Amino acid sequence: MRWKHSDYTGWGRVHRASGELARPERAAALSELTKDETAPAIGMRRSYGDACLNDNGRAIDMSRLDRVLEFDPDSGVIHVEAGAQIGHLLKTFAPKSWLPPVLPGTGFATVGGCIAMDVHGKNHHGAGSFGQHVTEITLVTPKGEQIVTPKKHPELFKATIGGLGQTGPILSARFPLLKAKGDVMVVTERRVADWESFIGLLDTSEATYSVGWIDATARGAALGRGILEEAETGGGLVKPAKRGKKIPLNAPGFALAPPVVRAFNATYWRRVPDRGRTSVKPIDDFFFPLDKIHDWNKLYGKNGFHQFQCVVPLSSVDALRAILEKIANSGLASPLAVLKRMGPGRGGYMSFPMEGYTLAVDFPNKARAEQVIRELENMTVAADGRVYLAKDALASAANIRAMYPEHDKWLSAVTKADPDRAYETDLTRRLKLRDPA
Amino acid sequence: MTPTWIILGATSTIARAFARLVAERGENLLLAGRDMAELNRTAADCINHGAPSAEAIAFDARDMASFAPILDKATATEGAINVAVFVGSMPTQDEIDGDPALIAGTITDSFTGPAQFLTLLAPLMEDRGKGAVVGVGSVAGDRGRLGNYVYGASKAGFHTYLSGLRNRLGRSGVHVVTVKPGTVDTAMTWGMDGLPFLAQPDKIASDIMRAVDKKKNVIYTPFIWWPVMTVIKSIPEAIFKKLKI
Ligand SMILES: Cc1cc2nc3c(=O)[nH]c(=O)nc-3n(C[C@H](O)[C@H](O)[C@H](O)COP(=O)(O)OP(=O)(O)OC[C@H]3O[C@@H](n4cnc5c(N)ncnc54)[C@H](O)[C@@H]3O)c2cc1C
Ligand SMILES: NC(=O)c1ccc[n+]([C@@H]2O[C@H](COP(=O)([O-])OP(=O)(O)OC[C@H]3O[C@@H](n4cnc5c(N)ncnc54)[C@H](OP(=O)(O)O)[C@@H]3O)[C@@H](O)[C@H]2O)c1
Repeated sequence: MRWKHSDYTGWGRVHRASGELARPERAAALSELTKDETAPAIGMRRSYGDACLNDNGRAIDMSRLDRVLEFDPDSGVIHVEAGAQIGHLLKTFAPKSWLPPVLPGTGFATVGGCIAMDVHGKNHHGAGSFGQHVTEITLVTPKGEQIVTPKKHPELFKATIGGLGQTGPILSARFPLLKAKGDVMVVTERRVADWESFIGLLDTSEATYSVGWIDATARGAALGRGILEEAETGGGLVKPAKRGKKIPLNAPGFALAPPVVRAFNATYWRRVPDRGRTSVKPIDDFFFPLDKIHDWNKLYGKNGFHQFQCVVPLSSVDALRAILEKIANSGLASPLAVLKRMGPGRGGYMSFPMEGYTLAVDFPNKARAEQVIRELENMTVAADGRVYLAKDALASAANIRAMYPEHDKWLSAVTKADPDRAYETDLTRRLKLRDPA
Repeated sequence: MTPTWIILGATSTIARAFARLVAERGENLLLAGRDMAELNRTAADCINHGAPSAEAIAFDARDMASFAPILDKATATEGAINVAVFVGSMPTQDEIDGDPALIAGTITDSFTGPAQFLTLLAPLMEDRGKGAVVGVGSVAGDRGRLGNYVYGASKAGFHTYLSGLRNRLGRSGVHVVTVKPGTVDTAMTWGMDGLPFLAQPDKIASDIMRAVDKKKNVIYTPFIWWPVMTVIKSIPEAIFKKLKI
């Protein structure tokens, strides 16, 4: 049987879908599928909202097409099937001192998902987005395989990078790995007292990898306090990481009650000594800190959770402070909150990054959180910023159009590639992304 | 001298996961099967995961003429030869009831084809005096169930063949592992509902590798199937014949 009826969700477990999934185990099976009825491709469903859902329709689960087809040990160029998980590539090639050029915060994301969301990592300020490193993409169209390169197909290429899967299933991609010093990370953590100091430190940081954890419950003078992590790759020995732990299904609600979160955050913040500290960490611990706890999304119980992530231009730094203030005053934020400075790098028309600051905060799925997130979204538009579609579950179509000025170029390339709108997902329908202006 | 693994049915998802483990150990691979394009992709993956060599080679369990080139390749290698059999096919019992001619093919794919191949390979392995044979059977071979007893019968035949082969090859230092997986999340089971203890191919592959290293004779994987099948095997036939499990 090719198509299997399935109930599935995005990572946030707020949106749900019920429909048929196919999971080709070989390249030819994918081509066969796309001949009789084509459908959007999905990866490991690490997008929080509805980007990876097609309710009442069909979708192609790409996770089994995960082979490394070519690797050149001199240049580091790799050609890999799109279902390969970025963490597997890290684990396989880091011992040879090669790293994927960009790593999102979870190793479970597939190469296809990294391209379709044009993901950014802790080195975005220097290395740019994932899609900027990709030199070739193989799409599977109803007419057969099509090799897409930025030179020969500039529009189709830019519509595929960050393109939400709307140009069709990506079978494989080619990109260079980055040379690293070794397979451990040398990490310096610094306690940061407040918002102004945080922005100052982010602006002057010269580290290759940097990211800020922010206490999104701290208010008043402590607003914006957190921990800045800066890191470089290094060589040397380190104790192997412990095995993953599983979260029991649907953890009790009190685990994330506001007083618990406030207390946790305060302790977490004080954990780093005043003068800071430097340590050596296993490479995956640094890049994928949450992956050690499998299914941690279930901590939020069966209602699920939201992540709000926005980026605003450098000049809107005060607007971002107001956004954080609103979050802190809401008292709804979870411990997972991240602040980072982004560079200008973006690879596609619908890519999220812009030069500025990005803030990401998790909220349990409650009516009040929904209302707060909608207000944050409006504040983001007003600040000339944008909301990340890999995380979004709530935005309005009009706001998204305002945030993504190259949407029209994307739409015309996507309409050419998929005139029948066969690759639409719940996200593109909710945000009316495929509708003519 | 680096050992070589012959993988029969190397397009199976479990086989692919196992081949990657072999590659990560730095051992050679001969990936045998019917879909050459697919085998070539897997061969590349093995090379890029550390295999010094990995080669796709044609193999059809229903065509003995396809065996000779593989045996020639094996003869030309140095070092230990290992073989792992993942070949199998499982038409539904309904399809078989509608077309009993399917029985011959089912038995050939899961039992007699691989048995013919292993019988031809055995002298070479005896000659080398080391190496391992992995035969993937199934819990379905432990008892004739209403839902798939022809597939089950072919696996039962294969289990018995492997038991005899173990007896023979053990005398010259070659070890035979019989693997009885429960339900595994692969193309074979995609779309079937309510499968108990569904395991991922990676898990089966690493259990197999551990069994080879520890020279186990028969394993159930995941392990939960050992108690389950112990109970199922102990049900008297008079009762079992009335059950639908
Ligand atoms: C804990 C955590 C941390 C994260 N950290 C970051 C981060 O630091 N930076 C960042 O940028 N993102 C981050 N993300 C988001 C994540 O990287 C993206 O959502 C990514 O797209 C997930 O990949 P996936 O394989 O799960 O894709 P899915 O979520 O399954 O799909 C995402 C999109 O990609 C498309 N797609 C997937 N595979 C293919 C394919 N083969 N062909 C065509 N289209 C395809 C889908 O249609 C969909 O539109 C994080 C997510 C989590 C859960
Ligand atoms: N999935 C389960 O739940 C489960 C449970 C217990 C045991 N098993 C056993 O595990 C093994 C692997 O199965 P799987 O689950 O990975 O399913 P699979 O992907 O369908 O694998 C079956 C393999 O057998 C090959 N094959 C079938 N007939 C052949 C022939 N005549 N000649 C050569 N190759 C042939 C197939 O090759 P092609 O690619 O050319 O078709 C394929 O590689 C099988 O022996 C199966 O019986 C599976």
